[in-house]
Parts: sequence; C-alpha cells; structure tokens
Amino acid sequence: MNKQTKNNLITYGIVIAFYIIFEILILTGHLSSHMKGLLVPMTYYAVIAVALNLCVGILGELSIGHCGFMCIGAFASAFFSKVTEESLPTAPRFILAFIIGIAFAALFGFLIGIPVLRLKGDYLAIVTLAFGEIIKNVINAFYIGIDSNGLHFSMKSSMELGMEKDGNIIVNGAMGITGTPHNSSFTIGIIVLLIALFVVQNLIASRDGRAIMAIRDNYIAAEACGVNVTSYKMMAFTISAAIAGAAGVLFSHNITTLTASSQYFGYNASIMILVYVVLGGIGNIRGSVIAACILYLLPELLRGFSTYRMLIYSIVLIVMMIINWSPKVIEWRKRTFGRFSFKKAGAKEAV
Amino acid sequence: MSFLTYLINGLSLGSIYAIIALGYTMVYGIAKMLNFAHGDFIMVGCYIIFSVSGAMSGNSAVGIIVAIILCTLLGVTTEFVAYRPLRGASSPLAVLITAIGVSYLLENIALLIYGADIKSFSSVVKWEGLSLAGGQLQIQGVTIVTIVISVVILIALQLFINRTKQGQAMLAASEDKGAAALMGINVNRTIALTFAIGSALAAIAGALLCSAYPSLSPYTGAMPGIKAFVAAVLGGIGSIPGAMIGGLVLGIVEILSKTYISSQLSDAIVFGILVVVLLVRPTGILGKKVQEKV
Repeated sequence: MNKQTKNNLITYGIVIAFYIIFEILILTGHLSSHMKGLLVPMTYYAVIAVALNLCVGILGELSIGHCGFMCIGAFASAFFSKVTEESLPTAPRFILAFIIGIAFAALFGFLIGIPVLRLKGDYLAIVTLAFGEIIKNVINAFYIGIDSNGLHFSMKSSMELGMEKDGNIIVNGAMGITGTPHNSSFTIGIIVLLIALFVVQNLIASRDGRAIMAIRDNYIAAEACGVNVTSYKMMAFTISAAIAGAAGVLFSHNITTLTASSQYFGYNASIMILVYVVLGGIGNIRGSVIAACILYLLPELLRGFSTYRMLIYSIVLIVMMIINWSPKVIEWRKRTFGRFSFKKAGAKEAV
Repeated sequence: MSFLTYLINGLSLGSIYAIIALGYTMVYGIAKMLNFAHGDFIMVGCYIIFSVSGAMSGNSAVGIIVAIILCTLLGVTTEFVAYRPLRGASSPLAVLITAIGVSYLLENIALLIYGADIKSFSSVVKWEGLSLAGGQLQIQGVTIVTIVISVVILIALQLFINRTKQGQAMLAASEDKGAAALMGINVNRTIALTFAIGSALAAIAGALLCSAYPSLSPYTGAMPGIKAFVAAVLGGIGSIPGAMIGGLVLGIVEILSKTYISSQLSDAIVFGILVVVLLVRPTGILGKKVQEKV
C-alpha cells in the first residue's frame, strides 16, 4: 500500500468513525434534538468544503461564489422532487434528484467556467462572486407553475403565469420552493460525503490530478510540458461545481422552505466555506472535512453565550490566521520548538 | 425629465461607490489584498456620526470630523495588528481570511453596542436642494453635495499622488516593494498611510451613504463595500480615475435598471456588467495589462 492510498483510507476511516460515534450517541439518546438537527447541515457543509478545496487548493483558483452552484443543485433537485413527488417512489426519486441536481450544477459550472477561467487571481475571484450573486438574484425572480396544460414560466409574478384552476405554483419567486420532501438524513449525508471524498481523492492521485496541480504550481511550465491548461482547468472547476450541487441536493431535501436567500447562498455563505477550507489547510481535503465539522458546530455550541459567540469566533479566526501564517510567528515557532523536532529531521535524512 | 432625475440619482449613488472604491483601489494597489473589512469601516463611520450627532444634539459637523479621525485610527490599527503580521505570508489567502475575520469582528461589535434594529440616520446635509425647470426637476441637496465631494476627493487624490513625495512613494511601493525600500522609502509607513487615507474616505462615504439612504444597521456597509469593490475592479484595480469611472457606471446602471427593468434583478445586472467588461478587458476599463514573464 503506498502512502497516498493509506492517507485516503485514513480520511474515509475518520468519516466512518465519526458517523459511528454519532449514531451511537443518537441510539443511546445522548444527543439533543437541536444537535440532531445540526448533523445533516454539517455533512453538506463538509461536502461543499471538499468541493471548494478542489477549486482553491488543487486547481489554485480562488472562488467566492461556490454557494451559487449549491443553489443551482438545490433548486433543480427540489423542483424535480416537487413535480414527481406523487408519481415516483421515494428511493428512485431521490437518486434521480441527486443526478439532476448534480447535472445542473455541473452544466452551470461548465458554462460559467468558460468565461471565468480566462481571468486570473483576484479578477477571477470577484467574477465568481458576481456569478454567485447573479444566480441568487435570477432564481429569486423565477416563477414556475404546473397545471393540466404543462409548465408555465414567468419572471414577473405568480399572477403572470396564467394557470388553470388546478395549477400549482412550484417556484414562487423570492418565496422559493415550499414543501420539498425531507429525504436527506445523516446517513445519506455521510454517504454523499464519502463519495465526494472518493471522487476528489482519486482525482488528485490520478494523472489528471497531477496535471491540474502542475497548472496550479506553474501554468506556464505546465503548458510547456504539453498539459492542456484550459481543458484541465475546466475539468476541475466543473467537478467542483458538481460536488457543490450534490451538497445543494442534501440542503434542499432537508429544509421545508427553500429560498435563494443571502443567508444560505450569498457571498457571505461562500466566504464562510472558504474559511473552512483555509483553516482546514489549503489543498488538504481531510483538513477541509474536519474544519467544516468543527467550525460549523463551534458557533452552534457557543449558543450559550449567544451574544458573544460571533465575536469570539471572529477573534479566534484572526488569531488562528496570524499564528498559522505570519512569517515572523512561523520563524519564532521554529526557533522555540525547533530543538525538539531537530532530531527527527536528522533521523529522516539518515534513512 | 424623470429620466434625468434618475440619472442624477445614479450619479450620486455612483459617486458614493466611487469614494469607497478609491479607498479599496488604493489599498489593493499597494498592499495587494482584498480588504473585505473596508465596507465595515463605512458602517463604523456611520455609527460614530450617529452617536456623536445624537450627543451633540444634532450637530453633525463635529460627528463627521470625529468619525474621520476615528476611522483613520481604526484603519491604521487594523493594518498594524491584523494585516502587517501576514505580509509576506506564503499564501495570499491568509490575509484575505484575516480581513474577513476583521469584518465579522466589527459587525459583531456594532451588534453588541447598538443592537440589530435599524437606526434611522438623520442626513448630515441640511440643504433642501434645487428645483429646476419650474419644479419639474427636483434635485436633493445631498445628491449635489455627494457629487461635488467625490469630484473634489478625486482631484485632491490625483494631486496628492502625482505631486507629493508621499504620493510618489505610494506609487513606487505599489510597483515594487523591494526596490522602493532600497530607494529609501519606508514601505510599512507608506502602506499605513494608504490605509489611513482609505479609511478616512470610508468615513466620508458612510456619512454620504447614510444621508442618502437613512437606515443604519451593523450590515449597512457590507453590500456597498462589495459593490464598490466591483466598481474598483470594473475601472481597473489600482487606477484612481478607473475607480471613479467604475463607481459612476455602477451607480447609474443600478438606479436605471432598478427603475426601468426590475428592482429584483438590478444586482444581477450590475454584476453582469462586471462579467462582460472583464471578458472584453480582463484588467478593467483603465487597468494596465501586465505581461507575465517566465
């Protein structure tokens, strides 16, 4: 077994162990209903953190609009589930909802990737932010209804749909989609997370993954070596969007009223996920999962000091960043703790 | 006539964006960082004016001066405490996340002190405004003052950067920090000065923004901050006339699309324009194209 496989297995192991611990806690009744409600959100935030880490850490392009793809996945799948709620049994419908949510998110990832990936650095970041906001705003202006004549569509108001009496409004503009079946569960969330991890970790270990990381490290050198920069960038970005779409499917099937609000899909939400990725370690997939779980639970667990919790969170964030990244602090850490790790480093060299 | 009114309102909103964008673009140009907390400096400025004016029984002139001074101090302190230690970090994302942390911090401090309810802000401009063409064209005082102030600031900044030693030092440091340091420029002090100017501009923009749109909450600054950043990118980040043009374009497009197309889609249209402009000119309207060398 090589090092990479071992590493991947550890990641799956952590997720599964985590799942078993929480399942035992639920079965023995040690988990409050408030905590139980947090388990599914935790899994989809972990999934989207993995997706964003593929974009930021592996591809090396900063995206602050990833919640837009989550939004697309959520709405496409919720729409499908609402339409077919009566005609299809739960299990195949939910699987199809996943496929549709992922496919739509991937399609938009591809379409948005074409213009976005031509840009560089902070320009690229701000355009992803722009696309995230555009998606949110456009979905907020959508009205789709269904009646015996088929689908009706409007961008103005629900009155404009002109439906028959038996009509049923499915997407009601800023009011969103109401009454999506609650199919997401902790188990399904964990399965999706494991699949997402499997896809991303295998991608990184593959020939394609090495090409993508070569582009990240030096795209001119990669191009000179014959790596097709554009197509690999598109590939990584589309996969990342697709996984974000899967997170969206989990999201929409866990919430009664799905609205394209800034709280869930705005740039602030995307930035929050970026915080998970950066604190978990850029390019470190396992770190993203752990950071997403801890950082999602932290403000919720601090509810006791509800007024101060975000204050504490923000100070912790600033201090963590300075300790982790400041060149002076790193140097100081090396000087102070360097003595202890010196022997280890020497031993490694000897081998 | 109504079109003209909307156009002037757009110019006024655009001028506010431009003032914020000037701060953004200067900070980005020299420190190469997205200061996500910049929008929150606006909010802090507004709350300071709100408190001081309230305590001085409505005398907003003192409030504005105090707000400018305190925001300048806040900007310099933030730079010193949160951003300077991360200069030269191996990933540019580090300082970005720190800026987000600062943004959360300021919002939550405001939330603790003033609460989440929306405060109504009394305009700092007491002038009623002009009534032209027999009352058909009403222009509010705050609209005119905003446009005039933004033009004055633009000219003053251009003169400062091109004619003074400190301004030249800023230009040099934004081109190449290492070479600037070798020429005897104190890079740290120059960056601190940039933050000071940017934050002072944020306070002024806050006063004007809340005078035109008189509702104040801890999240007041966030969206104008992002829009102003979009304006700075649109105009070509790092370029001062670019920030002005970007801000004006954004303000006019936002007001016109709100009026004539859809108020819900206006943000989507604003961001759509950014996407289109960046596709045609990847470094913004007035941005310089930098050839990458191997």
